[in-house]
Amino acid sequence: MTVRKNQATLTADEKRRFVDALIELKRSGRYDTFVTTHNEFIMSDTDFGDRVGHRSPSFLPWHRRFLLQFEQALQSIDSSVTLPYWDWTADRTARSSLWAADFLGGTGRSRDSRVMDGAFAFGSGNWPIRVRVDGRGYLRRSLGAGGGLTLPTRAEVDSVLAMPTYDTAPWNSSSDGFRNHLEGWRGVNLHNRVHVWVGGQMATGVSPNDPVFWLHHAFVDKLWADWQALHPDSSYLPRGGTRNVVDLDDTMRPWNDVTPADMLDHTAFYTFDTAA
Amino acid sequence: MSTTSSLSRRSALGATLGVFGGLALAGAAHASADRARDGHRDHPALAGHDAMPESFDEIYEGRRIQGRPASHGGGSPHGGHHSAGYQVHVDGRELHVMRNADGTWISVVNHYETFANPRAVARAAVVELQGSTLAPFPA
Repeated sequence: MTVRKNQATLTADEKRRFVDALIELKRSGRYDTFVTTHNEFIMSDTDFGDRVGHRSPSFLPWHRRFLLQFEQALQSIDSSVTLPYWDWTADRTARSSLWAADFLGGTGRSRDSRVMDGAFAFGSGNWPIRVRVDGRGYLRRSLGAGGGLTLPTRAEVDSVLAMPTYDTAPWNSSSDGFRNHLEGWRGVNLHNRVHVWVGGQMATGVSPNDPVFWLHHAFVDKLWADWQALHPDSSYLPRGGTRNVVDLDDTMRPWNDVTPADMLDHTAFYTFDTAA
Repeated sequence: MSTTSSLSRRSALGATLGVFGGLALAGAAHASADRARDGHRDHPALAGHDAMPESFDEIYEGRRIQGRPASHGGGSPHGGHHSAGYQVHVDGRELHVMRNADGTWISVVNHYETFANPRAVARAAVVELQGSTLAPFPA
């Protein structure tokens, strides 16, 4: 059974296997198909039109399915590997072990934001950035460099987890409710702010170019599970007949064979190292 | 999202580039008015598709940034894919921008952070690009 663990608790061997599987996925070309898919959705999901992966209720089930597919790809290389999560309320500085050279490597140098250490640094030759929005073929980061920007606190997370309603009309970036506050278009801003805090490709539509994308979204996914545990009488909304939006039993692109209802219970696929 | 639509969009873009210089000149006349609005969110009532921001054309940190309402698509709220009825260019390359429901804007190089208007998005893109050239659109 797949257990997703807090990245801070991984052993040296678990980190090495995770990194090696990422690099093999990259070498095979499969990694970049995930980057392409994400960018296609982020450019086409709009507040006033069809929206599936972002700025809509299906943000959470869409990313749950996307991460499952990615985790299965890693496991096809090394069956012991699972997706770790990054609790950015706890590991909230560039000095976290997450950013050490034996794991994801650190922030970028000031001149061009180029990551200089770890397996994903351009100099390693393992991690060319091919799916990109500009000419730069190297991984970039600027951890926390955005003018006084800090990662969300536990109290801010708890304030969002306390919201009893999953999502509200108009089911987009202007919505009230748990989903949009977690996504970050409204209120204290959780998910979006973390992308900006990391900087580099993580702040762009091709954000999965940085492997921390998966650890960030694995924690966002865990927060959905935590919210469900806190609000057992609340569930996914809307439940039917909503234009441009994925209702509970509608299928989601690009898979077209999976619905939000299929994604509600994560324990069908994996558990977390702590009770959710 | 299909290859076909991407290609046809690129073709359409190519066809409109020829007239872009003239439009950009007209846009420059509005530049000072636009600057006065920078830093202020568009009023939510203007978030509809019939109230596109004005054109602009300026050199920002050594890069030419231009923006204008799109000549095709008319800003249809349901044609949403890509430009949302407004095009931004950095040194002649199109920057994918999108309008949010509250009237704020994002771009493909600052996709998780909102800005008051397309000019602010373009300026943020120049900072983010650090001199790099935008990749052919769409990425």
